[in-house]
Amino acid sequence: MIEVKNLSKTFGTKKAVDGVSFRVEKGEVLGFLGPNGAGKSTTMRMITGFTPPTAGTARIGGHDIIENPISAQRLFGYLPENAPSYEELTVLQFLNFSAEIRGLRGMEKQKAVDRALEMCFLTSVKHQLIDTLSKGYRHRTCFAQSIIHDPEVLILDEPTDGLDPNQKHEVRTLIRNMGQSKAIIFSTHILEEVEAVCTRAIIIDRGKIVANGTPRELKQRSPLSGSILLKISGVLRETLKARLADVAQVKKISEPVGEGRLFEVRLFAKEELNRESFNQAVVEAILSVNGTIMEFHEEEGKLDEVFRHLTLPDTETRKIHETLI
Amino acid sequence: MKSWPAIFTIAKRELIGYFASPIAFIFIVIFLMLAGFFAFMIGGFFEAGEASLANSFFLWHPWLWLFLVPAIGMRLWAEERRSGTIELLMTMPIAPWCTIVGKFLAAWVILAISLVLTFPIVITVCYLGDPDKGAIAMGYVGSFLLAGAYLAVSEMTSAMTRNQIVSFILSVVIGLFLILAGYPPVTNFLVKIAPDASWLVDGVASFSVMTHFENFRNGVLYLADVIFFFSLMIFCLFSTSILLRGYRAG
Repeated sequence: MIEVKNLSKTFGTKKAVDGVSFRVEKGEVLGFLGPNGAGKSTTMRMITGFTPPTAGTARIGGHDIIENPISAQRLFGYLPENAPSYEELTVLQFLNFSAEIRGLRGMEKQKAVDRALEMCFLTSVKHQLIDTLSKGYRHRTCFAQSIIHDPEVLILDEPTDGLDPNQKHEVRTLIRNMGQSKAIIFSTHILEEVEAVCTRAIIIDRGKIVANGTPRELKQRSPLSGSILLKISGVLRETLKARLADVAQVKKISEPVGEGRLFEVRLFAKEELNRESFNQAVVEAILSVNGTIMEFHEEEGKLDEVFRHLTLPDTETRKIHETLI
Repeated sequence: MKSWPAIFTIAKRELIGYFASPIAFIFIVIFLMLAGFFAFMIGGFFEAGEASLANSFFLWHPWLWLFLVPAIGMRLWAEERRSGTIELLMTMPIAPWCTIVGKFLAAWVILAISLVLTFPIVITVCYLGDPDKGAIAMGYVGSFLLAGAYLAVSEMTSAMTRNQIVSFILSVVIGLFLILAGYPPVTNFLVKIAPDASWLVDGVASFSVMTHFENFRNGVLYLADVIFFFSLMIFCLFSTSILLRGYRAG
């Protein structure tokens, strides 16, 4: 549904977006991640046809946004950053306007507006001026505008920014449900959101895509991913460490930490091994020196580590790497 | 969506915005007060003893509109830029020129309402004497076109900035130029410095809204004057679209 090809944007001498390409199909929710100023909003503005790109283009449902903007714009709903809306209108007036401009009239318009009001929990404030609403309501008013025509494609720039935890939860649920039948792109810098909502995530840094995959795949790029965290008692840490070092598949053992008899140690396995036999060997090794396993945890990896790893300048990444391992 | 429904929707929203805030009401009241004040106190409507509105009422309109039209036009794009709604507007499935024209028409409607509400002075002059009704109608048409021309200038300056005050000032300055280009002190000065270059004086003066409005004021309709006002409007609205494209490109 969304096809982004080699999008680039230069402001003066600064390259804000540099050769970004990706696709989003129906049924996908794509999380667009990146530090502030990485080019997320600029990319979205180019996809929606607001900002003309310096090079490259985007196609929505087969319509080129540069050559045929109006046909492309008919197909998507867009929530810009900071969720702007006409503050001097009431919620109802604003949504009526959005519906009319999308070509909806009469009963069709009525139904679309009611549906959007209901989905975004705005029915109780529909006659209030947007100016008098709290930030959460304003945000949802703009969100309602983007879904008013039940578009096949949704482009949301930080849809949960400035909402309280309950509202965030509601919006995420909304996005996840709609994601089953639509193609959705949304940008965020909240990583938990990506795990909760996305089927795929892209990390962008200084205008370039640095990672593209499912949240699970991305997490596996974490340096800690696949390692085993053990909490052990009943054995001297030196004894245990020496014993574990003898296990053939163990690549690396961290220095045991902890107070008294209870301590933690992290094991890194060699690549491409049988997980089952590795775990078996580790457990047997611990038991052979009469250690008690209090906890045995296989690390999935953490998205925020991957994020930092990919988006921080090189020297700092190395520092983090060293402290982790 | 076809162009006209889109223009109509934009204009409707803009009008709701004008009347939801007190801007439109304040504007209309101030216009009526000033129009009356100038006609009766300064224009000497009664003292002149003429059954005509040309020299008492319409005479002041270029000056009235000069300061009042930018007050209506300054927010057209500056406000969209300040609040970020321009991003919504420009990503909706309508052509930018429809939006530009829709906004223009909405503000023009308010100016038209203000003009229509000056009808008591027409009743007064008809009650007191037997004026040339065609001339009065021409005066109104001229004033309406003049207001439209200023409004187009205002919409253009509004697209230049996110600050309404800056937009207002720019608009008044350009409007002032459009008046002064045909003002006798200025044309006399041009004659003095370039006595042989009548084309220069005529050329500059032809840019003036004054010379074109004067014909309307005197009840004469020239096609050239109508074309002048409409070309000014079209030029400014076209410039608006270029300015907006520049803004979007960053």
